[in-house]
Amino acid sequence: MLGLNTKDTRLLLIVIALTLSTPILLQPFAEGTGLAQFNAGYPDLMQRFAIFGIFAIGFNILFGLTGYLSFGHAAFLGVGSYSAVWMFKLLSMNILPGLILAVIVSGLFALLIGFVSLRRSGIYFSILTLAFAQMSFNLAYSVLTPITNGETGLQVTLNDPRILDGVNASPYTNLFGLPMSSSVKLELLGRLFTFNLGYYFCAVIAILAFYLSLRIFRSPFGLMLRAVKCNQQRMSYTGLNARPYTLAAFVISGMYAGLAGGLLAAMDPLAGAERMQWTASGEVVLMTILGGAGTLMGPVLGAGFIKYFENIFSKINDTVLHSWFAFLPDGIEDALVFVVQPFVGKGWQLTLGLVFMLVVVFLPGGLMEGGQRISAWIRRKSRKDDGRADSEHRPGTSPHIAE
Amino acid sequence: MGLLEVKNIGKRFGGLQALDDVTLSVRENTIHAIIGPNGAGKSTLLNVLVGKLIPDTGSVMFDGQSVLGRKPHEINQMGISRVFQTPEIFGELSVMENMLIPCFAKRDGAFRLHAIESIRSEKGLNAQAEQMLSDVNMIDKRHMNAASLSRGDKRRLEMAMCLVQQPKLLLLDEPTAGMARADTNNTIELLRELKSKHDITMVIIEHDMHVVFSLAERITVLAQGTPLVEDIPANIKGHPKVQEAYLGQSAEGATG
Repeated sequence: MLGLNTKDTRLLLIVIALTLSTPILLQPFAEGTGLAQFNAGYPDLMQRFAIFGIFAIGFNILFGLTGYLSFGHAAFLGVGSYSAVWMFKLLSMNILPGLILAVIVSGLFALLIGFVSLRRSGIYFSILTLAFAQMSFNLAYSVLTPITNGETGLQVTLNDPRILDGVNASPYTNLFGLPMSSSVKLELLGRLFTFNLGYYFCAVIAILAFYLSLRIFRSPFGLMLRAVKCNQQRMSYTGLNARPYTLAAFVISGMYAGLAGGLLAAMDPLAGAERMQWTASGEVVLMTILGGAGTLMGPVLGAGFIKYFENIFSKINDTVLHSWFAFLPDGIEDALVFVVQPFVGKGWQLTLGLVFMLVVVFLPGGLMEGGQRISAWIRRKSRKDDGRADSEHRPGTSPHIAE
Repeated sequence: MGLLEVKNIGKRFGGLQALDDVTLSVRENTIHAIIGPNGAGKSTLLNVLVGKLIPDTGSVMFDGQSVLGRKPHEINQMGISRVFQTPEIFGELSVMENMLIPCFAKRDGAFRLHAIESIRSEKGLNAQAEQMLSDVNMIDKRHMNAASLSRGDKRRLEMAMCLVQQPKLLLLDEPTAGMARADTNNTIELLRELKSKHDITMVIIEHDMHVVFSLAERITVLAQGTPLVEDIPANIKGHPKVQEAYLGQSAEGATG
């Protein structure tokens, strides 16, 4: 189906099902219970899952396939946001022109940065991209203030021209009049499900982005990108020019980042320079490696994992901890809170750092490798239970790069 | 006029004159061996031919066109393929994927943005790659990871990757180095067979005289960057200059 083999079609269908049912799946705990704060099914966070999923999918096309580690991809995210907000100001609050311009501008920007940075590989490439991104970040704060509105950030205002919008047009970001913020709430089994238009728009785009990356992974172009990672010498003696391949991958992943930036602006029409800072670039690197670089699903998982940590784990403060351990005697309660507290709330990054270290050391293939090991273990176990030949003599096939 | 005409090539590395006025002509459809003691400049010459090194002086004409100043991928697209001393393959990819890359390179040129098409749907190229794998007896290993192949298989794979492009000229850098005698004989057989099947010109650099005299139709002896003699194998065997070059080397080896 859709030019995919059965296995990939199944994967795509699973992704579509999971994405569309996210508002339900992320509300597993009933309202009012102590666990309700772990629910992640509110629109703002779900939008972020989808948007950063797109960002990571695009980054993975460059890093996962070619092995070129860019440390400046947040620049494209920021450029996408600025472009989109300018379209909201000048043309229309309809998000489509903004998104289209975001993709085009970030693509051109990636072409420029990639053209220069890809003259080097390895650490020098990473440093060059980092330098470019930091340069963009600083320019956005200083020289480019007329375009970026400096520290305040670029916002939409009531007296923007918006030449395509009529007098009574919606002042909020919308898709042909349907505001992104509109939601349908449904209370069922004590759980509150929010079906938000903005989320579903992001979700559809994310599914398309995932489908496109699936096609790229399975295409001759994807094969060439993996060849770049393996052996550039053999590649050039095979009659292939690696440079345009890496540049194309760089531009494509830059456009993904721009699309993600445009979507961020479409959900909340505000663009600030901090979106381009190197920490933001580092975040997408973490997402990709945590989930599993070079795998199809890994970056999406990594993005979800980190955004969940950032938004949910960070909300567990002292008061919450005290309420959890309230059943314990006072002294022990305080001691336990004292021990746990640095790892939650504002210390969520500490936990994330530890998880990241554990994953990199024990699961170099990221969460995807963890999943594969577990499923291999279950399969081995069930096979043993069947009393058939032991797995020692039937070693599992090593995971294929693109699975 | 040969397929490959090397004229007056000179290359200096610092104080070392690696190649000194090398002139060489390789005729179409022959197997031409280049032999010589270590440090004679054989590999430097090969690196010049594939565009890895740019010589200080001289010219290299291939099929009527100059090779010098072109990038390695452009030279390959002209029809020159190279097998390396240590196999250069795509270790993380499967054997079949290794084979498909040169097929795409041959058909689509140095770059094509075919990002949406599926590899699977390229029936013609898949068949071509599989045929080549059968020719080198590796078809049953097509799903294996190339890095997990044995050294001999890696060599065969690399050779197959070069041959599937149907190059006009195949450069082989010590194709049997480090092989057991049985494997060496297999490789000789394979090269002979491929030669008869594909009408291909080969330049072989080799230390193993058994291989050289089994395969070569012409031999050039290189010593200290200069060609000593070029002749048919029968005349090379007893040639005094050749004896001298090799004996000289072994005498040095004994004293040093």
